[in-house]
Amino acid sequence: MALLEVRDLRLSFGGLKVLQDISFSVEKGAINSLIGPNGAGKTSLFNCLTGFYKPKGGSIRLGGRPIAGLPPHRITALGLARTFQNIRLFKEMSVLENAMSGQHCRSRHGIVSAILHLPSQRREEDMIRGAGMRWLEFVGIAEHAHRLAGGLSYGDQRRLELARALASAPEIILLDEPAAGLNEREKLDLVHLIRRIRDETGVTVLLIEHDMGLVMQVSEKIVVFDYGQKIADGTPEAVRADPKVIEAYLGTED
Amino acid sequence: MSDGARTLPAAAQPPLVRRSHLLPGLAALGCALVLPHFANAYVTEVATTALLYVVLCLGLNIVVGYAGLLDLGYAAFFAVGAYTTGILTSEFGFNFWLTIPVAMAAACLAGVIIGAPTLRLRSDYLAIVTLGFGEIVRIIARNLDITGGASGLVGIERPEILGFKLMQVQHFYYAFLALALLAVFVCLSVERSRMGRAWFYVRYDEDAAAGIGINRVSAKLQAYMMGAVIASVAGCLYAAKMTAISPESFTFNQSLLILLGVVLGGMGRIPGVVLGAILVALLPEVLRGAGTYRPLVTAVALLAIMLFRPNGLWPDKRG
Ligand SMILES: Nc1ncnc2c1ncn2[C@@H]1O[C@H](COP(=O)(O)OP(=O)(O)O)[C@@H](O)[C@H]1O
Ligand SMILES: [Mg+2]
Repeated sequence: MALLEVRDLRLSFGGLKVLQDISFSVEKGAINSLIGPNGAGKTSLFNCLTGFYKPKGGSIRLGGRPIAGLPPHRITALGLARTFQNIRLFKEMSVLENAMSGQHCRSRHGIVSAILHLPSQRREEDMIRGAGMRWLEFVGIAEHAHRLAGGLSYGDQRRLELARALASAPEIILLDEPAAGLNEREKLDLVHLIRRIRDETGVTVLLIEHDMGLVMQVSEKIVVFDYGQKIADGTPEAVRADPKVIEAYLGTED
Repeated sequence: MSDGARTLPAAAQPPLVRRSHLLPGLAALGCALVLPHFANAYVTEVATTALLYVVLCLGLNIVVGYAGLLDLGYAAFFAVGAYTTGILTSEFGFNFWLTIPVAMAAACLAGVIIGAPTLRLRSDYLAIVTLGFGEIVRIIARNLDITGGASGLVGIERPEILGFKLMQVQHFYYAFLALALLAVFVCLSVERSRMGRAWFYVRYDEDAAAGIGINRVSAKLQAYMMGAVIASVAGCLYAAKMTAISPESFTFNQSLLILLGVVLGGMGRIPGVVLGAILVALLPEVLRGAGTYRPLVTAVALLAIMLFRPNGLWPDKRG
């Protein structure tokens, strides 16, 4: 059974068909990519998977469990985390507090135990803080823990988004254009980091990316979108040789 | 994962009071403790009102400053507390202290009834609904027999502590000081806890918060209810101090004043909010001449702050 299974997913805004009968699956432990010209519907698909958009039809299963239509926080708690195309950090809060946010759905103490300073609440706080620190270390920005997130360099902000998502202890992590705005060196580091996510933590990765070099380098399987439809699905070699893919990319200049 | 040999920033939990705030905080506390010994009854009375506003503003700050919700009817929860104490002591012979848990429960219930349906909607709706709620509570209080109608309740029992009856201005000054300190402690504890952080996440970026696993409706509702509970406890003690309450203590202008205190202080951190509350308490003393124009002055002050000092008079950086 695939970890993530999407079947006949449909989404439209007014008359605009943004996603038409999309089906694909992601195996546990894989690194897969989603590519396609601008406006193809990639981010919209992520928004359906993470509960931000309600699909018109079709099904989404995570580990066999239907998740379509659930609210975002429930889906995250079930093990699907994401980053955003246009970085969405809590800029006014510290880097560590950002990373700690991922642990919210893995902890449970509330207002009353915080007021009473219960020992179990203190322990849980230590656990949340420790996990935040560990993930900052994992992505390599632990030395900035107490700075404001908004003050980080662009590349480090992208890393922090990764740390925050990883801190929610996901089964699968969806990355929306993680290399956008990075220079060549930073892109190499990112490829390395994405591999480490899968190899060292076992988290499955599905990424949207424009940089073809990066996509071909890192993914085992690629799904190609154009105008809300899936036009190809396969290994990097197969996708690269697919006439429909070549046409979509030559036709749109992107 | 790492050998721990590199020196990394400390990951220990931050202390309840930041070291740089410890001395100023203790100095302020010292002044507050000795004030009645040096001040006359009028000044002590004004200072007691200031402490009442400190509690109310700290409570509203949870809603507005932490969770980023605009509440225009906060005085309604203050009224719930005051009327609970008023009715239970004067009509049913309750001991004052027993009315506090009842008031807290009533405030929670009112908070859920107002908050649960509205907090699902975009934030602007909450402002309108809370504005209406504030007016409805006041109008109900004006028209029911049990609340004493427009003239309100009189003869509210004064509380006793271990056989000592709170009577004089000074006694209530210290009672409100204790309540304000409790409110500060509660806010400090919650602010740096899991739920406190969740409020800030929701306030700064609601979608990102939802995407990272935070139930935004539940987080907002908890902030709203906690604010309600704090206002209701302040209401209980207020009723006991005044011994008489009327609907006119819980008007829209009252809600605006409390909001002004929070906004003045910079919506968020505690020292600023305490300062804002004290300024708001002094405002009517300064504005004695303004008479019926007072609500107008309050509103203009609010707008001016939002336009020219959106981070408050004394913004407090997070760190
Ligand atoms: N909330 C929305 N309302 C209306 N149209 C939308 C919305 N979100 C996405 N779209 C439309 O869906 C199409 C696909 O957008 P998107 O998923 O962002 O594409 P991609 O990420 O592949 O570049 C675009 O035509 C876009 O305008
Ligand atoms: Mg996109």
